[in-house]
Amino acid sequence: MADRQYELVYILPPDTTEQQVTELHGQVEAVVSRMNGTFDKTENWGRRRLAYEIGPHKEGVYLLDVINGTGDLMKELDRRLKVMDQVIRHMIVRVDEEKKVVECTQTTRRTKSERRRVKRGLPPQRQPGEGRPAGDMDESDDDRFDGVEV
Amino acid sequence: MPFGQGRGGGRGRGDKKGGDKEKGQRRTLFRRRKVCKFCADKIDDINYKDVKLLGPFVPERGKVLPRRISGTCAMHQRKLQVAIKRARQIALIPYVTE
Repeated sequence: MADRQYELVYILPPDTTEQQVTELHGQVEAVVSRMNGTFDKTENWGRRRLAYEIGPHKEGVYLLDVINGTGDLMKELDRRLKVMDQVIRHMIVRVDEEKKVVECTQTTRRTKSERRRVKRGLPPQRQPGEGRPAGDMDESDDDRFDGVEV
Repeated sequence: MPFGQGRGGGRGRGDKKGGDKEKGQRRTLFRRRKVCKFCADKIDDINYKDVKLLGPFVPERGKVLPRRISGTCAMHQRKLQVAIKRARQIALIPYVTE
């Protein structure tokens, strides 16, 4: 069975040192490699304010891993993260199917627009300087939508 | 300008309810038509990590902004809801604020 793609986000206490972060990431890596998973991407978002307090913490170090692997691997990883007391919060989300859907809509949109443009006798790709210039529509003059309107 | 680029064009229509015509007409005078932000800007992927994108849909109290106010289409509201719930789990967005 083909591997699935998951995203793992976990939060460490704000006073964690670089070294502890790498150490913990090593533990995650060990589990992943043992169960034949691969890393797609690893990100460290650094210290961030938490939207609400988790236990005594008001801030946390966010880490993101994108992992290709089986469901069993993620189950094991989830179990281990639950046990680790340095991890104050974690979440695993499966992303491969959503990604596929997004790619599909993007390609259909592109092909449709290309077909329309060819029909009108234009080159299939947008030429530079055509249409509304980029950056023209920034948040401030976007009057179609404003957060709270009753 | 390609089709579907104009303001309020493309999808996100069908916002108007039938029936009370008189009231509806009077309303349109004062109110601009609401457009689904995600359809208009062609945002396909509503990601839970993008707090800046989700922010306007989570008012002060921390609730999800209803569709009747934001004008988001049904499909995107559904995706938005999932994204907000995920973001709450990892403390990017609050569950409640007093």
